[in-house]
Amino acid sequence: MAQGWGLGALINLDHYGHYIQWHFISISVSNLIVMVLMIVTFLVALFAPFPGRRSRKGSK
Amino acid sequence: MSNAQIERQWTSRLRRSVVDKLPPDKLLPDTQPAYVASWIYVFGVTTMAALGVVIATGCILALDGPQWWHSSSLGHFVNSMHLWSVEIFFFAMIVHLWGKFSMAAWRGGRSLTWVTGAVTFLASILAGFTGYVSQTNFDSQWIATQAKDGINSTGGGAFFNVLNLGQMLMWHIVLLPIAAIVLTGLHVIMVRVKGVVPPFEDNVEVSA
Repeated sequence: MAQGWGLGALINLDHYGHYIQWHFISISVSNLIVMVLMIVTFLVALFAPFPGRRSRKGSK
Repeated sequence: MSNAQIERQWTSRLRRSVVDKLPPDKLLPDTQPAYVASWIYVFGVTTMAALGVVIATGCILALDGPQWWHSSSLGHFVNSMHLWSVEIFFFAMIVHLWGKFSMAAWRGGRSLTWVTGAVTFLASILAGFTGYVSQTNFDSQWIATQAKDGINSTGGGAFFNVLNLGQMLMWHIVLLPIAAIVLTGLHVIMVRVKGVVPPFEDNVEVSA
């Protein structure tokens, strides 16, 4: 497939996927990255300060 | 027709019931409780926003069809928008699920809210899967031939044939989007009826 402009020009996606093998577990690196990102996002959402929280404390 | 007869009509009774349970200011509230000012509460609406893009890009793909999305640059773009909005949809829905699970969001009579959310998740997985096998490329053929063994081992292959492109495409663009939209609507209505679940320390409405 021809590479277009944009992300395809920055990261070469035209190759076989990379996999991590550990005992019976086999997972692609891309899926692992997404899972790690979800965990990081969840933790950040729990602990990162929300803008304007102090000013909203009085509402309802 | 007398007023008493009008009051007894099913339309009158249904209207009163709906307005009692979900008055307009509760359906579209101007303010939210202070505890909603947290990033963990934004992922539900993020999921819905992504669903909106999924539906919109899917409609554009349906207008011009596979030849267009495989061969033209604009088709590639809309196809990619469809893919990446689905990625964001599932990403946000999973974080939303973790957040709600961690705060036991079924508390306070919100079990139906939880159940509609869980069933929406399952319907979305099925929609994603039928999307994989509806791409009309070698990827979809490979996925379908792999999936058929799994489906057939359950006996479901007689009714849900992943090698049948027409059936999979109809499920993907008609039945499952209807299910996802209706379930999402019910889920949001339940959130509006019962309100956003409070954090544990603020939970005054549920006793042990």
